[in-house]
Amino acid sequence: MDLAIEALDVVKAFGQGTSAVRALDNVSVGIRRGEFFTLLGPSGCGKTTLLRLIAGFEAPTSGQILLDGADITALPPNRRPVNTVFQSYALFPHLTVAQNVAFGMEMQGRPKAEVAQRTERMLALVRLDALAARKIGQLSGGQQQRVALARALAPEPRVLLLDEPLSALDLKLRREMQGELKRLQQETGITFIFVTHDQEEALTMSDRIAVMQSGRVQQVGAPRDIYTKPVNRFVADFIGETNFLEAVGEAAGWRLACGVLIPGTATPGQRATLALRPEHLRPAPETGDLPLPARMERAVYSGTDTHWHLRLSCGTALTLRRPNSDAATAAPPNPGTDITLGLNPALVQRLED
Amino acid sequence: MTPAATGQAEAARRRASARNGWLLSAPALLILTLFACGPLLIVLVYSFLTPGQYGNVVGEFSPDGWIGVLYSRDIFDDTLVLADAHLTIFWRSVKLSLMTTLITFALGFPTAWFIATRPPKARAMWLFLITIPFWTNLLIRTFAINEVIRNDGIINSLLIWAGLIDQPLRMIYTDGAVLAGMAYVYLPLMVLPLFAAIDRFDMRLLEASYDLYASRWACLRRVILPIVRPGIVAGSILVFVPSLGAYVTPRVLGGGKNMMIGNFIELQFTQGRNWPLGAALSILLLVVVALALILYVRAAEGGESEGRHG
Repeated sequence: MDLAIEALDVVKAFGQGTSAVRALDNVSVGIRRGEFFTLLGPSGCGKTTLLRLIAGFEAPTSGQILLDGADITALPPNRRPVNTVFQSYALFPHLTVAQNVAFGMEMQGRPKAEVAQRTERMLALVRLDALAARKIGQLSGGQQQRVALARALAPEPRVLLLDEPLSALDLKLRREMQGELKRLQQETGITFIFVTHDQEEALTMSDRIAVMQSGRVQQVGAPRDIYTKPVNRFVADFIGETNFLEAVGEAAGWRLACGVLIPGTATPGQRATLALRPEHLRPAPETGDLPLPARMERAVYSGTDTHWHLRLSCGTALTLRRPNSDAATAAPPNPGTDITLGLNPALVQRLED
Repeated sequence: MTPAATGQAEAARRRASARNGWLLSAPALLILTLFACGPLLIVLVYSFLTPGQYGNVVGEFSPDGWIGVLYSRDIFDDTLVLADAHLTIFWRSVKLSLMTTLITFALGFPTAWFIATRPPKARAMWLFLITIPFWTNLLIRTFAINEVIRNDGIINSLLIWAGLIDQPLRMIYTDGAVLAGMAYVYLPLMVLPLFAAIDRFDMRLLEASYDLYASRWACLRRVILPIVRPGIVAGSILVFVPSLGAYVTPRVLGGGKNMMIGNFIELQFTQGRNWPLGAALSILLLVVVALALILYVRAAEGGESEGRHG
């Protein structure tokens, strides 16, 4: 197996006895060598705890952490070839930019000349060569972010851990750094494990994503798979916007509460939740679409798109998203108008729970 | 308003605020002038006068006070001889003060670290406990130590009773006793500034250095100590300066033989009846301490900037 990091049945409980909280509940996940892997989830889902276990700052209550197939569960952080970019950056305020970057390599006991040379190279990599002699307090947030990256990459870790490193930056800078991170990961070839609660960030940057909730991994997959084939209601809801439709199984498929039948294989009598992305609904049926009658409630303009808020005859609320590129056809009907939407049955996703 | 008028108004406002500043600080300045600079000036003048027969001074210029710092006059032929005894006292004072500073740092750093890493409630309790010794008079605390370590004191009595020794251990009236006493008395002065510095220390930096392959020792030496350096400097000054002028502790625990500068100065104003020498010694102590502080703070800052570029 070509796994850089493997977590095996990892449990992490905080507290004792009945008041113990399971921050991680039997987590098993494999992270491939050289990939940009993201742990995504709301705050308190256990993603940062998992990262801290891999770094060695916390010990698992049970389970194992493997690095390149070797058990590192018992190794302290200073003996793991894994480095962290901290959310707070945690840069050394008494050292210069260059000294911060050199710190890890010096601690590894590398020869002075090599440290100096690599420090220079790392600073060039993050485009901070001009600020090498500055103190940390004299840098902007974005520059500090780059120093933190260079410092963690300089000792050539086998895995780089990034704990919500972009959360303190404003939107524009964050976009820029997202590109920068991706570029660094591709140039260095180092395995990145990235923690974020921002689903858009996760989708745009990752090779694969693990969606976590209440200490468990809900789904692991490529961004496209996670978005188009969410396995459960949590993942569908957390990643992007989703319409949920309650349905009951019949011999020919799934029957929605409003009467429309979506063909497919189903167990008669079984209840299920179907998920449908707002951009997959069409304002009028096209070839192969199922007609879905609905009443227009209101339209909300949001720049690139317009959101149509609709209601089915059975009372279920529904959102349809239209890009504003074609103003003529996209003009929304007046509130209260009854219309027939187009539903492509192939794009409807049945959720596990 | 024209720019010139605006400028004038601004200047007037500034003059008024400067005047108010002087007015507000006047009481403090007055007290300082009267009770600090004034007496100091008197001491300086006294050091250049002639000792009176029964103490005090007579108003006649004489450099003997200053000469007496290093030399004593031979009673028979009136020649000047280097006073070894004085040098011994100076050396002991500096040595014991430096050692007191080192000991209080060695004991105070782990203590301050312990307190700073407690939860806020426990922290307040520990800080409170640290200040308790200040509630009792210094003299009483020092005599209590005397009671514990003297020849027929608690420790010796216990050891003899237990049959571990026949003769009492000689602890009282040694440099060690003075050192122990001073370390005890000045420990809080080291702990409090260290605590303040460690309290501000961002513990996440420890995780970062530990993550970057630093051993525990390297974390301490390369990250913690340089960052809490201001606390170390402040604590060292607060301990070293009063140690150098210590009077009660060496008197009660060091006896007559293990004198420090403070006792030596006192001697000149009492049995010695040599006020000019006492005055000269006081001024000398002041100047030496001031110089030492300037050099120390410079060195501490220099070390930091060396760390910056080295």
